[in-house]
Amino acid sequence: MTTTDPTLTHTDSPGDRPDVGAGSGTRGTRIIGIATIIAMGWLVAFGLGFSPEDRDQRESVRLLYVHVPTIWIAYLAFTVTAISSGMYFFGKKKSLGWDRLAGASAEIGTAFVAVTLVIGAMWGRLTWGVFWQWDARLTTTALLFVTYIGYLAVRRLGGTHDQRARRSAIIGMIAVLEIPLVHWSVRLWRSLHQEATVLGTDGDVSMDGLMLFSLFIGVIAFSLLYLWLVIHRTRVMAMEDLLDDRGLDDALAARRAEVVPSSNQAASNKEGTV
Amino acid sequence: MEDAGFIIGGYVLTFATVSFMAWRVLHAGRRLGKQVPDADKYWR
Repeated sequence: MTTTDPTLTHTDSPGDRPDVGAGSGTRGTRIIGIATIIAMGWLVAFGLGFSPEDRDQRESVRLLYVHVPTIWIAYLAFTVTAISSGMYFFGKKKSLGWDRLAGASAEIGTAFVAVTLVIGAMWGRLTWGVFWQWDARLTTTALLFVTYIGYLAVRRLGGTHDQRARRSAIIGMIAVLEIPLVHWSVRLWRSLHQEATVLGTDGDVSMDGLMLFSLFIGVIAFSLLYLWLVIHRTRVMAMEDLLDDRGLDDALAARRAEVVPSSNQAASNKEGTV
Repeated sequence: MEDAGFIIGGYVLTFATVSFMAWRVLHAGRRLGKQVPDADKYWR
């Protein structure tokens, strides 16, 4: 961002002004941030320490306390993107706040899917002996990742904020339909990937108590992280949009200032010839 | 031993990624916050 605040002078640094300088943080985000750090500490303690090894997967089960929560929160993030996109697209006010929430949530969800894929590859190497298989679950998850990379690329195309919001809202509402495909891929096709242990259709949770608790801590930690990130990112996007608008206003004002003297000059030339 | 490398490496990679995301968003917030008056920040 190259736009600068035109109200700031060279002798007036932002820190000297009481009305300028605060970032995207508030007391609320600081509390969420501290809670996230504590929850992540608990995740490490339980995931790497207190949780027992699995009978079949042995130590590699510890990777699932990161792998599973990150994909669940990615599903949540993409659902928030779809709902926010719908709120923008079908809403009467066409508030760009919904669009920014959609974009922020998609960014975080995409990063979480990337973490899921990498951790999943490590788990696969330990459990299956290979990093990657063109298995239904893995392939559909990779497709989900690529789809949201595309969504984020579309957001960066040129145009006004409303154009950005309109076109990305359509993609955001369609892309979310991939989530059921990813989740049910292990049942729809013959898959190497195991079926759902917690969110299965029978409602039975087939996990040891301490393992389930470790997974629960992982879900809490990554949920808090998502909340913290999405609040900050939405606020940063609001500032980016504001500075974009201001940069455009400044450019238009500069252009008008160029046009007015030249038109006066043209008028005086015309008078001279008459 | 191979298991420990992958498991600890996986955790390190995850926390490095999320830490970078957190740093990036905080840094952008502070940088842009200097250019935007507090009156224009709806969270203020």
